[in-house]
Amino acid sequence: MESTGKTQGVSRREFATCAAAAAAGFVLTACGPKQLHEFPKARLSSLLKEMEQRYAAKYGTAFTVADTPPIDGVEFAYALDISRCIGCRRCVYACVDENNQSRDPQVHWIRVFQMEKSKGVDFTEGDPYYHPKEVPQEGHFYIPVACQQCRNAPCTKVCPTGATWTEKDGIVVVDYDWCIGCRYCMAACPYGARHFNWSEPSVPADTVNTNTHVLGNRPRPKGVVEKCTFCIQRTRNGRYPACVEICPVGARKFGNLLDPTSEIRYIIENKRVMVLKEDLNTMPKFFYFYAT
Amino acid sequence: MTKRIVLLTATATLTGALIYAAAQQPAATPPALAPAPPAQAEEKLEVPPPPFSDGIFPCSQCHKDMKPNRTRRTLTEMHTDIELKHDADHRWCLDCHDANDRDHLHLASGELISFDESYKLCGQCHGEKFRDWRAGVHGRRTGYWNGHKKYLLCANCHNPHQPHFKPLEPKPAPNRPTRDSVSR
Amino acid sequence: MNFARTFGQFIAGSLRIVLRGNKTYWAWLAFLAVLIVSGGLAYARQVSEGLGVTAMRDQVSWGFYIGNFTFLVGVAAAAVVLVIPAYVYDWKPIREIVIYGELLAVSAIIMCLLFVLVDIGRPDRFWHLLPPVGHLNFPTSILAWDVLVLNIYFVINFVVVTHILYRAFGGRHYEKRLVYPLVLLSIPMAVGIHTVTAFLFNGLAARPYWNASILAPQFLASAFCSGPAILLIVMQLLRKFTRFEIKDEAIWKIAELMAYATFINLFLHGAESFKEFYSNTEHTLYVRYWFFGLGSHTTLVPWAWLAVALNTMAFVLFIVPASRRNWVLLNIGCIATYGGCYIDKGMGLIIPGLTPDALGEIYEYVPSVPELRVAAGVFAIGFLVFTLMLKVAVPITLGEFHGKASTIH
Repeated sequence: MESTGKTQGVSRREFATCAAAAAAGFVLTACGPKQLHEFPKARLSSLLKEMEQRYAAKYGTAFTVADTPPIDGVEFAYALDISRCIGCRRCVYACVDENNQSRDPQVHWIRVFQMEKSKGVDFTEGDPYYHPKEVPQEGHFYIPVACQQCRNAPCTKVCPTGATWTEKDGIVVVDYDWCIGCRYCMAACPYGARHFNWSEPSVPADTVNTNTHVLGNRPRPKGVVEKCTFCIQRTRNGRYPACVEICPVGARKFGNLLDPTSEIRYIIENKRVMVLKEDLNTMPKFFYFYAT
Repeated sequence: MTKRIVLLTATATLTGALIYAAAQQPAATPPALAPAPPAQAEEKLEVPPPPFSDGIFPCSQCHKDMKPNRTRRTLTEMHTDIELKHDADHRWCLDCHDANDRDHLHLASGELISFDESYKLCGQCHGEKFRDWRAGVHGRRTGYWNGHKKYLLCANCHNPHQPHFKPLEPKPAPNRPTRDSVSR
Repeated sequence: MNFARTFGQFIAGSLRIVLRGNKTYWAWLAFLAVLIVSGGLAYARQVSEGLGVTAMRDQVSWGFYIGNFTFLVGVAAAAVVLVIPAYVYDWKPIREIVIYGELLAVSAIIMCLLFVLVDIGRPDRFWHLLPPVGHLNFPTSILAWDVLVLNIYFVINFVVVTHILYRAFGGRHYEKRLVYPLVLLSIPMAVGIHTVTAFLFNGLAARPYWNASILAPQFLASAFCSGPAILLIVMQLLRKFTRFEIKDEAIWKIAELMAYATFINLFLHGAESFKEFYSNTEHTLYVRYWFFGLGSHTTLVPWAWLAVALNTMAFVLFIVPASRRNWVLLNIGCIATYGGCYIDKGMGLIIPGLTPDALGEIYEYVPSVPELRVAAGVFAIGFLVFTLMLKVAVPITLGEFHGKASTIH
């Protein structure tokens, strides 16, 4: 069939209109908000100020939202001594307080599993809902699990908008204002480490932690994913994560993998160390070991 | 005469060769000694104060006028609140507390150490834990991972008379997920 | 300006057509409207209260919405079953109904996109996916690939179908140079959309049930069963209620192709079951949960065996020529294969993949009432779009709806 000139004229006109509209849209919206790590510095600081004001208005107390960058020459790692953990869950609740996790609906970044010594590390037999009068229970041991901060993270690979990525110091972070809540990262995580805000999170104003980091413990909105960030607001200022400090038996260790004198290096070089689901090649930076 | 010269030369050559050969062998040294323990063992670590019971220290308040009784026994007149459960079959008070100077502890060598160096005493038997503790791997960590390391005394966590930890009541279990409501 | 006039006539005429119909038609539209309103209200509650109104939780973070999405991508891909013989082999009897396959594909893709929209936690941030204003993590994220291929496939089908119908409305033949390349492209695209959707699940090492190479072929096989099943039913309805004509051979040929597709579907299921049960590793837990339950958790077991029964029955009905030429048995077969594939791809794929969860916990997911209402609303929107498009397309292809002679060139 021959195409008439009219048909060609129409399509050219149509094309030109569409192209002009697309160009205008691009110019207008390219100035719009984007991912956090693409922000120019000046706009980022005004964005942080706006967040501080918003939180202050909501919780009735002054907030700081920092964007402390990673320290050079640092790659964080964590080691947990499962010969010591008694399953007391103080780490779980210290984390909840430090990182402003929602109380209702309940969000816990750390999940402690009670396992039987005779069965070993077997998650099909583990029980996170144990509640005996006392721990440790005879014949059982305890494994807390949180984000393993994998070097080969499956979650950052699958995010369709790039809202989650690994920082230079090894912490896997989420931009809570960019996440669209598709939960693909939750399907991809082999450790159940990512948690979703199924409804509006509620943090009591009298216990809210006002010392926050934009990629860490600032109060999250509904409909986005969150997870352990190695207490980025603390660790980038040299402090230990809250779970390390609260553990009454000293089962938790943390430090800089690149520092040969750190506790972490000592553990990896001298103790029997393992990682969870090693066959998945996620290369976690969270190690489990037996000190004795 | 020639025969003597030849014999002398041969002997000298042989001896020289032997000496030369011997010199090529590496000198037989005794097995390498383990490197000397780090000098830190001598430096004083910054630790919190020892967890004395109220008013109990200095012990010499009472003991300076008392004659030491080295008989192994269960105490009946004082310190009855202490039930020793620390290798009680073989150890008793004066194996750690110095009989003549109650304000100090003593090592196996008899060397006196003060209470804020009590880790040296514990480290005698619990060497592996002591080394781990020095590296920061045993025991609770607080402070700065990249800065000044703070240590706790063994006794700050472990009661030296009954070191075994008592069980704790666990904090509440997480809520189970339910279909009807996302909270509670 | 003639374009504007013709287009105006087309719109006005289409509106007249869709607003004209018998009692059955209006009853059907009313039923869909009720579902859409109900779904809209339930969705409004979901937006306001959060996704917690569904039954999804951290342990089973994908559910009914994504299950339906996956199934509908298969339906959309199935249009190609008709396209291949029609255009590539120029098989005349099927040519007539290819357009309807593409209309089905368009409706199905609309439903897919809607199911994704209702599933995400922040629908207001949907634009984060769209470059240049957003950031699409292409090529690393398979979900980014899916966004691209689904929309491209949608555009291809939409352009082809509207072009053909609009030209027919204007009394002209479609532009072969436009249509043929697009249609040829739609064949690999159809395979592509479903392969990419399979890869969404397939690439996750964290979920051993999904991390199986068989997933992509499995998806295609079940797509080629379920998609044409709907079309066969629709064709028969059109033949009954309109002057639309379609040869029996066309229907029987499609049924025969579906027989082979159901065989492959069953074979792949069998191959998967063999691997799971014979090697009997800890990964078998997931398929065990599906077929036998784990301990007291047996919610899905009846569905699993129902799907097996339906798929097997459909295979038998389609493979035997006598039964596939019997209209009653043919339609039973269509419903059976549609039902079997729907169960398999929906609850049979998503839920066992996430139960037990990554750390061994079992949360028995059953969709909540708001979830069902929203899903019904999305299905109703898709069916409405399909109905309205058919209502206009059938008269166009029959020559009953066309532009005035004076505007035709």
